[in-house]
Amino acid sequence: MTVSTLTRRAGRLTTAAAVAALILGAGAALAATPKDTLVVAWAIDDIITMDPAESFEISAGEIMGNSYDRLVRYEVSDPSKLYGDLAKSWTVSDDGKTYTFELKPGLKFASGNPITAEDVAFSFHRVVAIDKSPAFILTQFGFTKDNVKSRVKATGPLTLTIEVDKPYAPTFVLNCLTANVASVVDKALVMSKEQNGDLGYAWLKTNYAGSGPLKIRDWRANEILALERNDNYHGEKSKLARVIYRHVKEASTQRLLLEKGDADIARNLTPQDLDALAANKDIGTTATPKGTVYYISFNQKNPNLAKPEVREALKYLLDYSGISATLIKNIGIEHQNFLPVGLLGASTEKPYKLDVDKAKALLAKAGLPNGFKVTFDVRTTQPVQGIAENFQQTAKRAGIDIEILPGDGRQTLTKYRARQHDMYIGQWGADYWDPHTNADTFARNPDNADDAKSKPLAWRNAWDIPELTKKADAAVLERDADKRKAMYGEMQADFRQTSPFIMIYQMNEVAAFRANVEGLKIGPTSDATYMFRVSKK
Amino acid sequence: MTALFTDRPGGRTSVRLRRFAGALGRFLGAVVLTYLGLLAVTFFIGRVIPIDPVLAIVGDRAPEHVIQRVREELGLNLPLWKQFVIYLGKVLQGDFGTSVLSSNPVMQDIRRVFPATLELATLGTVIGAGIGIPLGVWAAVRRGGIADQLVRVMALIGYSVPIFWLGLMALVVFYARLGWVGGPGRIDVVYEYTVTPWSGIMLLDTAIAGEWEAFANALSHLILPASLLGYFSMAYISRMTRSFMLNELAQEYIVTARAKGLSESRIIWRHALRNAAVPLVTVVALSYAGLLEGSVLTETVFAWPGLGLYITNSLQNADMNAVLGGTIVVGSVFIGLNLLSDLLYRTLDPRTRAR
Repeated sequence: MTVSTLTRRAGRLTTAAAVAALILGAGAALAATPKDTLVVAWAIDDIITMDPAESFEISAGEIMGNSYDRLVRYEVSDPSKLYGDLAKSWTVSDDGKTYTFELKPGLKFASGNPITAEDVAFSFHRVVAIDKSPAFILTQFGFTKDNVKSRVKATGPLTLTIEVDKPYAPTFVLNCLTANVASVVDKALVMSKEQNGDLGYAWLKTNYAGSGPLKIRDWRANEILALERNDNYHGEKSKLARVIYRHVKEASTQRLLLEKGDADIARNLTPQDLDALAANKDIGTTATPKGTVYYISFNQKNPNLAKPEVREALKYLLDYSGISATLIKNIGIEHQNFLPVGLLGASTEKPYKLDVDKAKALLAKAGLPNGFKVTFDVRTTQPVQGIAENFQQTAKRAGIDIEILPGDGRQTLTKYRARQHDMYIGQWGADYWDPHTNADTFARNPDNADDAKSKPLAWRNAWDIPELTKKADAAVLERDADKRKAMYGEMQADFRQTSPFIMIYQMNEVAAFRANVEGLKIGPTSDATYMFRVSKK
Repeated sequence: MTALFTDRPGGRTSVRLRRFAGALGRFLGAVVLTYLGLLAVTFFIGRVIPIDPVLAIVGDRAPEHVIQRVREELGLNLPLWKQFVIYLGKVLQGDFGTSVLSSNPVMQDIRRVFPATLELATLGTVIGAGIGIPLGVWAAVRRGGIADQLVRVMALIGYSVPIFWLGLMALVVFYARLGWVGGPGRIDVVYEYTVTPWSGIMLLDTAIAGEWEAFANALSHLILPASLLGYFSMAYISRMTRSFMLNELAQEYIVTARAKGLSESRIIWRHALRNAAVPLVTVVALSYAGLLEGSVLTETVFAWPGLGLYITNSLQNADMNAVLGGTIVVGSVFIGLNLLSDLLYRTLDPRTRAR
């Protein structure tokens, strides 16, 4: 090859490269997102339905919170305060069993249909009839398919009465009515789509029949979810015309999209990503402690783990402060109680810290001075995997030999639910904004038999607790809020000491956003992260 | 399957017809058996993985009676073989069931995710074969030269560097730093609802709609992941081309051709490559089929809603209808491409026509 042919070829190559760059460059002109559109990068592959009677997943919760109205909502800034959403006012009868709601007049669904008490009653009947996962939030008040139509009824165009089976604490009943499952659907629209008496179930899975500030325009599973301003909304209209959730599983990809301006908000960043973004002036972060707590639990079917001294010893073998400073930095807050901070009566006591000598003494007292061997089911996601490995190291110092069995999330959960584990690391998020949601699962186990009807977390760990169960049942009927609060305080103290649960931390949800995004606040529950209050400069 | 296309020419029509019918019968039998085997294996693997499929539907919180009811609705309380027979019966009626994750009929989901993978895999293969074959030829012709070294290094990187990492690095450089290409996802949000998804293939849909700005945008999103996949298939194709070509160049007919005084380029491109093309077709077809299965890692990094991600996500949630539907598509791709490469054999290799 001569020099001239070489240069000629090089020349041709350069031209080709320039042309290629031109073609590619044309499409890549920095595409900041439009001003009236908010783009959220989030892992939304947990969503399986758009029907509030069935929806129970974390990211779906946020969609429901933005698109469906309910009778009451709680203040995001102070979750102990309730305000009327569709309801103008409400009263509770003297016997504590009948609730009467007066709706705001002149309200409309996104479809244009008027909102009446009949729509609310229908929505509740529908939840009970369809009976999907979240239905228990309503059926725990004694509603069944047979009685719900007489217990929840419209007594006037805008008047609704709800009759519950026991004189529950009013806070408990009202708190449950803030949940997604109590969303109000457009009866006329839903029933016009009914097939074979399914109350519109097949249709509503992928469609929308609400009255919230944003309406659901399109959902493509694992790809995109688009919300649009509802101009018929009764309150302050959404400042944004559109909110688009893009399913982005990988945190690094989310970060790139955010830095580049192709996403306005990124929701699943890792502690490392957040550290790296801290110096970036174009990006801010906001965080809120969530109603989700992380724990390690011990199956009481394992004779070693069933010894009270062993349970206590294990609580002294977790490096709480070390984990807080590293593995859950930015994303969690050390917390040793089953009620997350924010719920009525939540305790902030933190009696445990890493103390190997104390643990050793307790193990000796239990007759296991040389420790023992035990397996630990851990799903391979962070930060739980890191915490599990950390615990494995510290427990080893007291002679406890932990074998980690790694698995996929659903796989370890399947095993856990069948009580086939020794130790398990998991999390629990509040189903509705009331302390009973967590007391019901951590501190209540009405039947410890293998074929029990209800299988709360206490059951999954075969922890038989008749006394604590009674206390939990009493607390939910206590109508004096202060007394009720004290009862939860007592239960938490008991739980800290005797339970087969090491409570590790409370989740702190962080969202990173572009500097031109205003008004973003993560809610304590997923259904209270209100995108309709967000705007862009 | 080659038998189908190798009937003897010139025979009596009835004999040819009978042979053809026989070959067709054997072929269809093989296809049916392949599908049946594929479905059976996937079905039983799906049922033995230690994940409760009910969990994906009802979640962790559902009360016991809801769990039991859903289990019965799904037929999971029946014996395995019965579940399989019921499933097969439905498939024969064209009902692949509903995905529990997306609440959509499985085939509707696949019609959505497969075009995304098809678009990516096709461009990836065009890049891979378009550069890989000439590069392989060049490497074979000048053994030990620059091209040969290049092919070796590329293959080495192709085999050893994780595609996940390379994808992320490519994004950092070409998207975040240089801004030459669009980022993760198939198209910018601005264009998301501007065209009707007629085929699901972005380039086609935007072109048909005449939305050239959206077309350029879709292309800018496609080019990076396609190049990445193209790179990996190029590493493989160029390596294989090189060895096929070396094999051909050592044959006696090449010596004859040289002795006849044919030009070197004619010998390489018309004689040697023509013969090397026969096995090369299989290599390219298999590499294409591999890409059509969907690349989970590439699709994850590039937030590309394709088949690989769909099947993996479904499998992790024990959403078996979706997994089985996806498996059928992957199986069809393999059968289809095998058939195609058989047809190409026939055109490229006269011996298969007149044996």
